[in-house]
Amino acid sequence: MKPLPNTSQTETAIESKLGSLRSRGQGALIAFLTGGDPDGKSFLDNATALVDGGADILEVGIPFSDPIADGPVIQGSSQRALLSGATPRGVLGLIKEISLARSVPIVVLTYYNLVLATGLERFLKTAQRSGVGGLVIPDLPVEESDSFRKTSSKHHIDTIFLAGPNTSPTRMRQIIEKSHGFVYMVSLFGVTGPRRELDPVALHSVKRVKALAKGRIPIAAGFGISRPEHVAEIIAAGADGAIVGSALVEIVAHNLEDRERTRVKLKDAVSDLKKATNPSLV
Amino acid sequence: MEPLIQLELSYRKLSKESSFRKELKGLLANYAGRPTPLYLARNLTQRSGGAKIYLKREDLLHGGAHKINNTLGQALLAKRMGKTRIIAETGAGQHGVATAMACATLGLRAEVYMGEEDMERQRLNVYRMKMLGARVHPVGSGSRTLKDAINEALRDWVTNVEDTYYLIGSVVGPHPYPTMVRDFQSIIGIEARRQILQSEGHLPRAAVACVGGGSNSMGLFHPFLHDLEVDLYGVEAGGEGLDRGRHAAPLCAGREGVFHGMLTYILQDANGQIQSTHSISAGLDYPGVGPEHAFLMDTRRAKYAVATDNEALEAFQVLSETEGIMPALEPAHALSYATKLAGNYRKNDAIIVNLSGRGDKDVETVAKHIPN
Repeated sequence: MKPLPNTSQTETAIESKLGSLRSRGQGALIAFLTGGDPDGKSFLDNATALVDGGADILEVGIPFSDPIADGPVIQGSSQRALLSGATPRGVLGLIKEISLARSVPIVVLTYYNLVLATGLERFLKTAQRSGVGGLVIPDLPVEESDSFRKTSSKHHIDTIFLAGPNTSPTRMRQIIEKSHGFVYMVSLFGVTGPRRELDPVALHSVKRVKALAKGRIPIAAGFGISRPEHVAEIIAAGADGAIVGSALVEIVAHNLEDRERTRVKLKDAVSDLKKATNPSLV
Repeated sequence: MEPLIQLELSYRKLSKESSFRKELKGLLANYAGRPTPLYLARNLTQRSGGAKIYLKREDLLHGGAHKINNTLGQALLAKRMGKTRIIAETGAGQHGVATAMACATLGLRAEVYMGEEDMERQRLNVYRMKMLGARVHPVGSGSRTLKDAINEALRDWVTNVEDTYYLIGSVVGPHPYPTMVRDFQSIIGIEARRQILQSEGHLPRAAVACVGGGSNSMGLFHPFLHDLEVDLYGVEAGGEGLDRGRHAAPLCAGREGVFHGMLTYILQDANGQIQSTHSISAGLDYPGVGPEHAFLMDTRRAKYAVATDNEALEAFQVLSETEGIMPALEPAHALSYATKLAGNYRKNDAIIVNLSGRGDKDVETVAKHIPN
C-alpha cells in the first residue's frame, strides 16, 4: 500500500494518523463505544481498555433519545447511558479525561439536535477543549452543513460525512471534498448492528469511493463490521480504516454485572480486531 | 439522502403529468368520496353564540379521516416509481388504515409500524389494518408511540430502500415530504374555499384545525394563505395543561430543533433530548410539528393555541349531542377552541372547522373517561 499523498496543507491529526498507519502497510482500527454506557466510570475504564487493546482511533457516541441510524444494540446502550444521567457536556468531560490519559485521536458521533441545543459555537469549543478531533453526525447531510463546517473548522475539528452504498457519484464527490479526517463509508443498506457476514455491498462500496477519492482523503468503513475477518476483508479492499461499534457495545451489554470481565473482553476483542488490520499478519 | 432526491424528482415530474392527476382525481372522487360537504352546524352555532360554525366533513371520507387524501396520492406515486412494498408509521391508526386501503386498491404490499401504547388505545384500528391486508409491526422502543414508529419506519426504509416506499402520514420528516403531503391535503382547503363562497358569498373570518404533525391543518390553511382577511388557527394538544408539562404542543411550548429530518419546533429538554408527549388523542401525540407550521407561526400568518384533554372530551360530547356527529378526539381539540373563538366574531361571520376524522375509533377512550 502506498502512503496517502498529502494534498491539503493542513493535514489533520486524524488524517495523519491514518496516513502513517497506511505508510506502514496497516489499516486503522476505529473502535466505538457509547459515552456514559453503562455509567461514566465504567465507560472510562472500557474506553481505556479499547485504547490499550490497540484501537488506533476511538469513536465515542453522545447518546441521543432517538438514534435513527442505529440498530437495537446501540439503541440499548444509548438508553442505558441516558438512564444513568449522561449529557452531552458530561460525555465531553469523560472524553477529556481519556484524552489526558491516553494519546489517541477521538471522534465523536452524535445527532444534530444535541449540537444545536447546546449551540454550535459552544458545543464545538467544548469539544475542542476536550480533545475531540472529529465529528460524525448521521442526520447532518452535506447539503445542509455550511454553517456547521465553518464553525467546526474554526475549532480544528474534522467534519466526517457519511456516504452510503447508493450515494450518487455527484454527491460522493461533494462528500469527499467537504469531509475532513476521513469519509465514513456506510457498508450496507441499513442501520448499525453486528452481522455474521460482511455485506457483499461493503467491498464494492469501498472500492467505488476509493476510486472517486483518488487519495485525497482516507476512507473508513463501518456498519455491520463485527469480526476480525470482516476487518481484514475491508482493509484488503482498500479501506484505510475499519469501524467496529455494535460488536463492542454488545460486550458491554452482556457483561453488565462484571466490570472487570467487560474490560478484559473488550481489550481482547480489540486486540484481535487490530491484528486483522495488518495484512502481513493475516 | 439519495432516495429523497429521487423521490423529489419523481414527485415533481409525476405531479405535473395529466394521466397521474386524472387517476388521482378519479380515486379521490369514486374511491374516497370527494368532495366532502361543508356543513353549517346550526345547533352548535346557536350554543356557542357568535359566528356561524361550518364543519368541513373529512370524517365522511372512506376510512373515516382526511388521511386517505394523502395515502392515495403517495401510493399512486410509489406505484409509478416502480415500488412494490409500502411502509408507513401510524399513531391513532388512521394513517395506517388509510395506507392499507390505498395499497389494497392499488395492488401494493403494506406494512405499518405502530407504537405498542398506541396499539392498546386504538385496538380497533389495528384489527382494521390487518383485515385490509396490512402487516402491523409493534414498536416497543422509546415512548412506544408515534415518534418511535417513525424511527422504526426510517430504519426499515434505509434497509430496504430498493423496493420500498416510505409513505409518511403527515407534513413532517425530511423534504420533500412536508411539501408533498401538504399538496395532497390541500384539496381540503380548495373545496372548503369554493364551498363557503357558494353558501355565504364571502370568505370565512377564520379557519380552525387541530395540529399534531399538522397535515389536516396545512391542507385546510394552504389555499387560504393569501386571503389575509382569513385568520388561521391551529390547535395543539394541551394534554393535562401546559403548566403541568404533560402535553403535545411543540409550537406553543417547544423550542427550535432538528428531528426526523426537519428544522422545526420540538419538545425537548435543555440538552436537546426529545421529550415524551402526552395527549388523550394518539393522532396528536408527537413531539415535533410540520416545518411549514413553524414558518406560519414565526411569520404570524397563523396563530396556535391549545385545547386540553378535558376540553377535547367535552367538545366530543357537545358535537355528538348537538349535531349527531361524533368527532375524532383530534378534531375535538379544534372544535373546543372554535366554539370559544366564535364569540369573537359577529353573527353574520363564518368560521370553518376541519372535522378531520370521525370518532368511532375513540368511543372506548371516551367511555373510559366519561362513565355514562
